[in-house]
Amino acid sequence: MCYPRIGVSMVEIFERLGHSVDYPAELTCCGQPAFNSGYWKEARPIGVRVLNRLKDAEVVVIASGSCGAMIKKFYMDLFAKTAHFQAAKALASKCYEFSDFLVTRLGVTEVGARFPHRVTFHDGCHGLRELGNKKQPRALLAKVQGLELVEMSEAETCCGFGGTFATKFPMISTAMGEVKCASALETRAEYIVSNDASCNMHIQGLADRQQLPLRTIHLAEVLNSR
Amino acid sequence: MNASARQFKRDAERLTRDLRHRLLIRTALKKYEVARDARRSRYQDWQSARQTAAEIKWDAVNHLDKYLEELVEKLESRGTKVHWASDGEKARQIILGIIREKQACSIIKSKVMTGEEIHLNEALEKAGLSVVESDFGEYIVQLRHEAPYHFVFPAMHLVRGEISELFQKELGSNPTNDPEQLMLIARQVLRGKYISADIGISGANFAIAETGMISITENEGNARLTCALPKVHIALMGIEKVIPKLEDLAIFLPMLATAGAGQALTGYNSLYGGPRQPGESDGPEEFHFVLLDNKRTHLLADAEQRDALHCIRCGACLNVCPIYRNVGGHTYGTTYQGPIGSVITPHLRGLQNWKHLSYASSLCGACTETCPVKIDLHHHLLQSRRNATAQRSIWWEKFAFKGFAFLMNRPILFLLVGKLGRLGQKFHPFVKGTRFDPARAWTRSRELPTIAKQTFGEYWRARGR
Repeated sequence: MCYPRIGVSMVEIFERLGHSVDYPAELTCCGQPAFNSGYWKEARPIGVRVLNRLKDAEVVVIASGSCGAMIKKFYMDLFAKTAHFQAAKALASKCYEFSDFLVTRLGVTEVGARFPHRVTFHDGCHGLRELGNKKQPRALLAKVQGLELVEMSEAETCCGFGGTFATKFPMISTAMGEVKCASALETRAEYIVSNDASCNMHIQGLADRQQLPLRTIHLAEVLNSR
Repeated sequence: MNASARQFKRDAERLTRDLRHRLLIRTALKKYEVARDARRSRYQDWQSARQTAAEIKWDAVNHLDKYLEELVEKLESRGTKVHWASDGEKARQIILGIIREKQACSIIKSKVMTGEEIHLNEALEKAGLSVVESDFGEYIVQLRHEAPYHFVFPAMHLVRGEISELFQKELGSNPTNDPEQLMLIARQVLRGKYISADIGISGANFAIAETGMISITENEGNARLTCALPKVHIALMGIEKVIPKLEDLAIFLPMLATAGAGQALTGYNSLYGGPRQPGESDGPEEFHFVLLDNKRTHLLADAEQRDALHCIRCGACLNVCPIYRNVGGHTYGTTYQGPIGSVITPHLRGLQNWKHLSYASSLCGACTETCPVKIDLHHHLLQSRRNATAQRSIWWEKFAFKGFAFLMNRPILFLLVGKLGRLGQKFHPFVKGTRFDPARAWTRSRELPTIAKQTFGEYWRARGR
């Protein structure tokens, strides 16, 4: 809704690589906000809808480590001991986070991108720790022409978003965001790249309020730059 | 909101803004990280060590009855008096009973977190006894009349100058900024206390079923004096600390030191198997061993979260936790702070009163990643949230998520809400940051993203045409 460029970039990259892309327009949300808040009963019908809409796809690629972890990992918990468990398992096995799909499934690291900027990469927690995607995004960034990657000391530290946590405990969330921004600023990078829009939303929201010279961008957008 | 949740929010509000506090804690924990990584790299395979440790603990916790009986039998055979305490009140009564029987009036303590858990010092002081903490950090926070800030580093929130001021005020010492001098000031006071103490009270890091011994790990030598000099030694330990074999220490002692403080091995590691035996020249005349349940069996009954009993209290999860680093230890209002505290406190002290701790997490998983005994910490926080709402949901939250589910299952409506949102955002600046702002919790410190002129859904439909 707020970041259509991410989806458009993914579509364009996949099509350039010769794949056909479909988007079931009736897709909405994976249900993570309800699930993470403890309302599993309310999250299930949202999840069932996702299971149904995606059951015929060959592979499902998700541009977010967080939503990816929800579908790939947490649906197993959400649907444990329900009639939908097998469907959840089937979906999990064909579901990939964007960078993992390119590198692990397709074996592609070079997508012909050019992005002549100094950047630092933020590891979203779900992509990093639930899905184990540390090397994939970096392998892709390494092949982007003109791009200089400078690691920040707090690359693996949470940005403080955490879904409803950001509004339930805004003071802690903001302090965490400040630590993240300070670490990114130390690298003197022009962009913070991440494979999670929600982290970017948080970091950018804080940077804008505090007028920090930081710009966030999604990995897919970087890879679609020419 | 209950009192503990209100206190948490109030203190978090204050400390997250305290930049001096933020810098202090971060600097201390950055040093810890460097030392820990250096030690971890000395392991041939740290991940396998974690797996082995977790398996030993799994066996111990899942056969707790068997190992506890074995431990107690061995301890009793060498003259230790074993006491079983079902809760804090019972444990306090047992300990006070021993003290009264011995007509003791001065107590020396080495670090004992279970003592903090059952508020032992308050009970002893109320009974008119003199109690002195002998661990340097614990001694400092005792002089300040406050709780430990961290269950491994009790006084990590203080700098040398503050400690010097405290000593000047409480002990009449000269000002100094030298850590060694500060240690010596405390040492001078404490040496006398060991000698005059009637009873020494300690905790235990591990208890070995096979040999009937308790293992105590420390850096200052204070626990050795506490356990050996007074005529009576009382050790208080949670029931989950038992491990099957002596050889298991070969993995746990270096692991505790590495994960907890970035040390290869803690300075002193001692085993205690009973009171002074016939023919021995030193050691206490009596050794009392108090085993504390205090709702640990409640946690044991929860198959999903039972692995939280694996905890060896190394504090590694606190050290890496971005929440802990920003709110500090006292904010939790619990004996056990940080991720492990947020997991076990609802079991030990009631889910509804402590559920806010499960929500006070971004679920980043840094704790689970670092835990040497592989406790699934951040997922347990998720489960506690589920359990809390299943037990007692908050009506407006339930209503909101029902509405959310309703919306997400009606794409047309979802689309409409998106369009309305775009319109609504035009008017948002008029209320932004005021109490009429529906997004105030976000906008007080952050900007909201704008809804795009063309959403991805709209792009896709336009493309299809």
